[in-house]
Amino acid sequence: MSSAVVSTSAAQGRPFAFEVEDEAEVCPQPGGGELFGEGRPPQRVVPGALVSGTFSGAFKDARLASVTPASRLAARAAPEMVGSGIAAMDALTGGLPRGCLTEICGPASSGRTTLLLAALAAATGRGECCVVVDASDALDPQSAADAGVALERLLWVRCGESSPQKGLEQMLRATDLLLESGGFGLIALDFGDLPPQTARHIPLTTWFRFRRAVEHTPTVLLAVEGQSIAGSCSSLLIKLGRQKHRVKEFANPVAPAHAQLLTEVEITAELVQSRLERKPVGSAEITFASRTAWAG
Amino acid sequence: MPFACIFVPNFPVAAVLRAEPELRAQGVAIFEGKPPQEKVFAVNESAGRMGIAPGMTKAQAELCSELTLRPRSLLQESGAHAALLDCAQSFSPRVEDAGADTAILDLAGMESLFGTLPEIAGAVLRRAADLGLDANVAVASNADAAVLAARGFSGGTVIPPGKEGEVLGALPVEVLVAEHEGGEREDKKESARLLETLDRWGIRNLRALAALPKVALSERLGQEGLRWQQLAEGAAARTLVAVEAPMVFEEAVELEHPIVLLEPLAFLLNRLLEQICARLAARALNTQELRLTLELESFSSSCCTRPSEIANRQFLRTIRLPLPMLDSKLFLKLLQLDLNSHPPGAPIVKIHLMAEPARPRLAQGGLFQPPSPEPEKLELTLARIAGLVGEARVGSLELLDTHRAEGFRMKRFVPGADAKANRQRDSARDKSAVAALRLFRPPLRVTVSLENGELARVISKKKEVQGSVLWKAGPWRSSGDWWEREAWARDEWDIALQNAEGIALYRLVHDLLGGGWFVEGTYD
Repeated sequence: MSSAVVSTSAAQGRPFAFEVEDEAEVCPQPGGGELFGEGRPPQRVVPGALVSGTFSGAFKDARLASVTPASRLAARAAPEMVGSGIAAMDALTGGLPRGCLTEICGPASSGRTTLLLAALAAATGRGECCVVVDASDALDPQSAADAGVALERLLWVRCGESSPQKGLEQMLRATDLLLESGGFGLIALDFGDLPPQTARHIPLTTWFRFRRAVEHTPTVLLAVEGQSIAGSCSSLLIKLGRQKHRVKEFANPVAPAHAQLLTEVEITAELVQSRLERKPVGSAEITFASRTAWAG
Repeated sequence: MPFACIFVPNFPVAAVLRAEPELRAQGVAIFEGKPPQEKVFAVNESAGRMGIAPGMTKAQAELCSELTLRPRSLLQESGAHAALLDCAQSFSPRVEDAGADTAILDLAGMESLFGTLPEIAGAVLRRAADLGLDANVAVASNADAAVLAARGFSGGTVIPPGKEGEVLGALPVEVLVAEHEGGEREDKKESARLLETLDRWGIRNLRALAALPKVALSERLGQEGLRWQQLAEGAAARTLVAVEAPMVFEEAVELEHPIVLLEPLAFLLNRLLEQICARLAARALNTQELRLTLELESFSSSCCTRPSEIANRQFLRTIRLPLPMLDSKLFLKLLQLDLNSHPPGAPIVKIHLMAEPARPRLAQGGLFQPPSPEPEKLELTLARIAGLVGEARVGSLELLDTHRAEGFRMKRFVPGADAKANRQRDSARDKSAVAALRLFRPPLRVTVSLENGELARVISKKKEVQGSVLWKAGPWRSSGDWWEREAWARDEWDIALQNAEGIALYRLVHDLLGGGWFVEGTYD
């Protein structure tokens, strides 16, 4: 518990405030007791009480001396990374960090859901329980099954039955409950089809709360959205670009539409931001292909 | 062969105190009968000190302001009796149901499990207290001596073998007759006659009765008199009539005044749940299903005066759990959440709660097992989320054997189900990415313009999903359920649309029966 203690600066004759860390502590005597004079007992500071005296800057210096410089601080342990289910993505980002928030953003039809389902398939494949909190009820169960998601280990929370605003509210409350419950390997928040102006209504404090709740847990928190909305709370930000598609055609160059088949979709991913390393990352980009379920 | 007897003195009062433990320090009197002829039926010790005695009218008892009066509740007595049998069954498989307030246990071989006989008596006393019963426990070498000692001595009593007559001798002869016994009226009369005779003879305790000459006693009181003397000597020997206690865990409470709000209901539910959980714990059982039946007050109006219409309605709620659990606080939360989303809609006059017993789950955690939510926490979380988004909108998925759009159903999320099948599938899974479809629910109705019979342009109210068709593949026709009412037939296209932001891939559907065009989703 901390409390402010107001004293009077002898030099300037003006009050100043500093923090007292402990509930009751003995003030040190910097400079061999010159502050109180010889034989004077140390003063006990009671939290909340006004203390007056002739403090000098040396007192503050002594407190500052006890602060460990940032350069000597132990580096925070890197989070455990788990596979995203796509080898190219793992090569780009090193996987998805546990206990952190990862954002995947991009416009419609850019491969966000493909990436999400791949991550879910990988996590359920590891035997973990996963959740999709779906703001716009957009998950296709058949696609999830085709991507290899073990549906028995996937909890689907379908929000947004009435309106996007209501859906967002339900989503945030459900996420709070799920994070509090714990034990999930991956919690995916799908804001994909939510209008950007609605998604931006999420206060930054909510994202800080989510980040704090997921910290030091084995849960991967994944947010899928149109634009980045979590700001500095996300540890990893992956931006996806518009995709190109490849089709299978018969030998006839003017084949009719029913003779064509969508077989592969090319996805471009860019690592925009990573707070996992102490040095800033340079923007890196990769391209990988996702095949359609019927392409064989 | 040692026997133990658990006896609950003043059973009707004990049943009420079990349901309302806060009354233990007060004077309590139980009355029965139809108004205005209600009479005091049983009183506790505090009420007795206030001068209240069985047989007084309710009006007389009400004059004592510090007295708490409660109507006799057969439901509560039935629950207390079941708890008594559960307590006995938790120590021995051979239990005799010797009346509403008495259970006799065969303790043969139990020393190796529960310790010495005094230790067993202490453990039984504690278990009875956990179940809300203030009981007397006595251990003796025969069942009848144990019963008499339990009726006569409060707390725990252990009679050494061969000392039965000596220990029982100080007890009054009234202990030979069970209090509040529901036997034949003739038997009661006969017992009362014998007691009166012994009283006239000046026989006040069992020692005096045991000292009477057998032949003379037989001549005057017959075989019943001899049986009483044998009991008084502690020498009666009989076979224990063991019963199998039914595995029914239910508790009920009738309310004097109907409850309207959920908060006081939760208070009562908490009490019932604690009683049921204590009983289940005594039998080393958990539960997987809770059934709550609320009897609701009916409002008789001028238009419905028939008895069938003014009879109380029943409101049933069932909580099914994915795994056997035993946590009264969790059950209470689940019931509260359920009642919040499904309120009874009328004042409640009676609460009946039943738990379906189940064996506890046997699961051992492992260091290398993947993280999994705790079942109890998860159940509560799911119930809370169901309260937010609706019960049908949270759970896991199950694909149906159909080609119909939305061919799936939601089911309860139970982590760890079908683990074997999953392992097999995981090992066979291809690791490459699969293009996913992102659905619009409901499908987006669009207008499609054709040029030379080919798809040319898509127009919809959603700005992003409109533009000229750059590429198309299809149509692929499918139909089904033509033998049902909900027949369906459709043509599907995969299309690439050029819109203001770039190119996007969509699935376009033409409903052949309804005739509309829809964009079902986007390849994302």
